[in-house]
Amino acid sequence: MTEVLQLLIYGIVLGSIITLGAVGLSLIYGIVRFANFAHGDMMTAGAYFAFFFVVTLELPMFVGFPLAMAGGALLAVALDRVLFRRLRRTSPVVLLISSFGVALMLRAAIQLVWGPSVQVYEAGIEFPIRFLGLGIKPDQLHILGGSVVIVVALHLFLQRSRTGKAMRAMSDNVALARVSGIDTERVILWTWVIGAALTAAAGVFLAIDTQLHPVMGWRLLLPVFAAAILGGIGKPYGALAGGMVIGIAQEMSTLVISPGYKPAIAFAIMVVMLILRPAGLLGARR
Amino acid sequence: MIELAGFSSVLVQFATFAGIFALLALGLNLQWGMGGLFNIGIAGFFAVGAYASAILTGAANPSHLGGFAMPFILGALAAMSVSGLIALAIGLITLRLRADYLAIATIGIAEILRLFLKNEAWLTNGVRGIAGIAKPHAAFLGPGWATLVFFAIVLVSVLLVYLGLERARRSPWGRVLRAVRENEETAAASGKNTVRFRLEAFVLGSMIMGYGGALYAHFFGFISPEAFEPELTTFLVWIMLIAGGSGNNRGAILGAVAIWLVWSGTEVLTNRLPPELVTQAGAIRLLLIGALLQVILLLRPEGLLKERPPPAPLPPKGVPPAPLPPKGVPPKGVPPKGVPPRGEARPPRGPAPPPSSRA
Repeated sequence: MTEVLQLLIYGIVLGSIITLGAVGLSLIYGIVRFANFAHGDMMTAGAYFAFFFVVTLELPMFVGFPLAMAGGALLAVALDRVLFRRLRRTSPVVLLISSFGVALMLRAAIQLVWGPSVQVYEAGIEFPIRFLGLGIKPDQLHILGGSVVIVVALHLFLQRSRTGKAMRAMSDNVALARVSGIDTERVILWTWVIGAALTAAAGVFLAIDTQLHPVMGWRLLLPVFAAAILGGIGKPYGALAGGMVIGIAQEMSTLVISPGYKPAIAFAIMVVMLILRPAGLLGARR
Repeated sequence: MIELAGFSSVLVQFATFAGIFALLALGLNLQWGMGGLFNIGIAGFFAVGAYASAILTGAANPSHLGGFAMPFILGALAAMSVSGLIALAIGLITLRLRADYLAIATIGIAEILRLFLKNEAWLTNGVRGIAGIAKPHAAFLGPGWATLVFFAIVLVSVLLVYLGLERARRSPWGRVLRAVRENEETAAASGKNTVRFRLEAFVLGSMIMGYGGALYAHFFGFISPEAFEPELTTFLVWIMLIAGGSGNNRGAILGAVAIWLVWSGTEVLTNRLPPELVTQAGAIRLLLIGALLQVILLLRPEGLLKERPPPAPLPPKGVPPAPLPPKGVPPKGVPPKGVPPRGEARPPRGPAPPPSSRA
């Protein structure tokens, strides 16, 4: 029983990381209207930006973390200006190819700058806090707390702010949003900023929980997509639920199958979901 | 074979690899160029084909399954069957869905295949990989001739696959497939089972990729789950097809040769780098080739050779006419003058099939 609860805790930690990535992916899918295959590597980029601020410049994490999110947002906006915006005008499927290329280029660039080996923000072993036979590391508590703060902030932004409302409107119906006077290009820009900042945050959390490596984000791309699809891709609130389900299922799966196949669980859930309810858990059939 | 050493042997090696990549690009052209199916799990099918053939043709080995010592042709057939079956399973689930779901599913299957090849050491020797995969009749021919014969096998394979795909492209099947890609509703409304056409294209394309994998295994002699650099292989094949011109089989071959030349060329460049950068050569090459893809997508999205839709066939004398002749036209012979040829009279288009309107 303790083992199950312990895995549940790890699952929630992983789930909150996946959730942040999936919400960003889902927003971008819903508004910019393409499946961004560079999402995982944008996550990696966020983690390495934080590495630059925290390790190279020796800033404290609470300063480096928002700076890394800003860096991730800037990177996404730059990619949109240079590539994606131009390609959007031709054909949306070209965007898929381009983003797949961007994913590999980002990874190559990160490897060039920071090297191919594993790195950490802080060396040393952290001792978990023990409670009723369960353990959780302080870092993992920080990840959970940080994720909750970010998700609440996002919720307030989407519900209260003008831009957030415009984003939801555009996600529901682009044509309708445009005729009601919404500047769609501006909303797309904001979507990149927010989606990429969330993704960068997920990357930093992932690096805190595990370690930095140039393929860390690519390895998480499949779970993130699975979470977004589970929640009904294009629906950020669904991605919240999807991320938790995928995270917990991946950790729990080690009770039953070899840990080597942990990443396959996300795929299995996604396939079952695609067969049973392609519109997602919360999604109605369109 | 001393006379083979040097330039000509480098040339044969280059051409063999280019030929194997041409096969992969042809397979992708069937899926993407003709069928509009987005497969970014090419490396998965490639790896499965390589392993299937390597295991079936190899000698007994205590560390993994083997000892069947079958001839190359059986290994190649097995490679095609296994990748075809996997494609069938994936296709049955995802081909009814949106194009991007198929893309994600193919990433997933490639990742799972990689995990499988890595974890199931009893079958594949795990991360250590399988070494000493021989070329067909290598013992009889000797290393020099075996390489040459293998090159001939690759050449003939590319030629046969090309001719087959060209035939398929001009056939009613190929025209329906393109109709499904262009406008699925219309194709469905004309009574075509659209999912079936897509499934056939997907399975057939994946079988070609599996065969390419088998050829690779026998040519290179060693395979391991990481040796393929899965995303790199997939990426290279995509660039080859986009650069050559998707939808055009000659374009696929031309793109494969051109991009393989560029890719090998970047290796020559990175070899001149200062020693502290040499370990990063792979990353630099990837950045360069990635930039090339983006430039092509921005400036010449249709690639070197545009897709040319085949004209509707005029029925030759004494052969049954093209399907569904318009009413009032006699079923045999040349259509009367002044009547434009039916169907497919369409201006050439860009590389990327438009997004399917399925939702």
